[in-house]
Amino acid sequence: MDMASSTLATAEVSSAKIVVRDLTVRYGSTLALDRVALDVGDRQVTALIGPSGCGKSTFLRCLNRMNDHIRNIRIDGSVSLDGVSIYDAAVDPVELRRRVGMVFQKSNPFPKSIFDNVAFGPRVHGLRDRVELREIVERSLRQAALWDEVKDRLDRSALDLSGGQQQRLCIARALAVEPDVLLMDEPASALDPIATAKIEELIHELKTQYTIVIVTHNMQQAARVSDTTAYFYLGRLVEVGPTEQIFTNPSRPETEDYVTGRFG
Amino acid sequence: MFAATVAATATVLGILLFLLGYLVWQGASALSLDFFTHLPTPVGEAGGGMANALVGSAKLLLVAAVVGVPVGFLGGVYLAEYDGGRVAFAVRYAADVLNGIPSIVIGITVYGLLVVPFGHFSTLAGGIALGLLMIPVALRTTEEFLRLVPDTLRDASLALGAPQWVTVVRVVIPAGMRGILTGLLLSLARVAGETAPLLFTALSNRYWSPGWLQPTASLPVMIFTYAIAPYDDWHRQAWAAALVLLAIVLGANVVARLALGGRSTAQT
Repeated sequence: MDMASSTLATAEVSSAKIVVRDLTVRYGSTLALDRVALDVGDRQVTALIGPSGCGKSTFLRCLNRMNDHIRNIRIDGSVSLDGVSIYDAAVDPVELRRRVGMVFQKSNPFPKSIFDNVAFGPRVHGLRDRVELREIVERSLRQAALWDEVKDRLDRSALDLSGGQQQRLCIARALAVEPDVLLMDEPASALDPIATAKIEELIHELKTQYTIVIVTHNMQQAARVSDTTAYFYLGRLVEVGPTEQIFTNPSRPETEDYVTGRFG
Repeated sequence: MFAATVAATATVLGILLFLLGYLVWQGASALSLDFFTHLPTPVGEAGGGMANALVGSAKLLLVAAVVGVPVGFLGGVYLAEYDGGRVAFAVRYAADVLNGIPSIVIGITVYGLLVVPFGHFSTLAGGIALGLLMIPVALRTTEEFLRLVPDTLRDASLALGAPQWVTVVRVVIPAGMRGILTGLLLSLARVAGETAPLLFTALSNRYWSPGWLQPTASLPVMIFTYAIAPYDDWHRQAWAAALVLLAIVLGANVVARLALGGRSTAQT
């Protein structure tokens, strides 16, 4: 824990689910994130915005340690989830990822049946009971608002679904392991407006149960779905605040330039 | 330029078609049910077949697969999934060098290690020689097909809390399985026609080869033996054997291509 260098006193008392302090990430000699400090509120939607290459995806992937597999990466600073530092040697990244789920930019269903996609996580974690698996699959698909569309063809290949359905299937698959936190990396960027609206609606419903961090290029989307918005630029966190404030009355001129479309 | 490329393409096709046509013309007359079901007849007696060579080749390929598939497959998985560094470079380079080693060199090595000490030629020694030959091809094709599996699938599995080995076994390998099986089939087809390493490992046999520790006939060696013999009837049988061997190899190729074709349409 790196509390000494933490200057934000709010961290201790707020209902933050995730507390990030001094997070610095380097790919070789390239600085990708520079001393980022951010609190992610419990059961809130936090949107990360900023131009391409600003470090928001790198930041997101630090929260479930998906960056661990990258060569030549160096991660400094602290990230804690419910007060426990996730980069601690005692923390197993595999265990961490059961609590911090992730949905990717490009929907990536396994080339398996719809049922097997959703049941993958629970099975990997040792669940064998058919009845229980069925319950989890149904519950997850309902949560992802996909059940009614697929309930009659659970044994069909997930690759036969439309793009929007595939992305909701990926959300259901992530929910099936019952995480606390859901990370979403531009989950709707490859989808048409109707499918996007469905995903956004879903985010609204999910935030009653899950803490959600979403990376998006679409500022209207950030404005629509999030409670808190963080603006990243060139690896630094420029400004973070309540979404309404960021979009109507940002305190930094760079943020204003970006959210009003004058830049980026 | 265009004309030259067309000419080259036509030449390649022409050679294949000529080869096929010539083999059919020469060998078809000796092809009969007897060829597949009878043993070779004594010298001077017409008729007979190569049933023992067909079974012998099948046994040799079985041993080759038992030796070559696990090593090639698991090595390929290691290269694709576990190591991108110096070890992988060394293994890949070694596999490429191994692939370039003349098959007769593999044969004489196995002869020295497995034939001389035991005092006799055997199916086992021949199969092991073929297995060693197929390892580099099996290894590299396994690696290539695993690399074709998109990283997004690995990410999806890891993000669900699956350890890496579970990700490899339950997501990556199943996703690349069709391609891998195809590659393994092609590597078997490649060694099916190898003759040189069999000459002094499996040798040949005019009769059924009992078990795995006796010399056995095989199609390529029979072709060699029959083709250089001074009997017209043997020559015709050699052509027939060549035709059968080519049909087996081509058949394996066609099956492999069809399987791969199905795979690419399923992925889009």
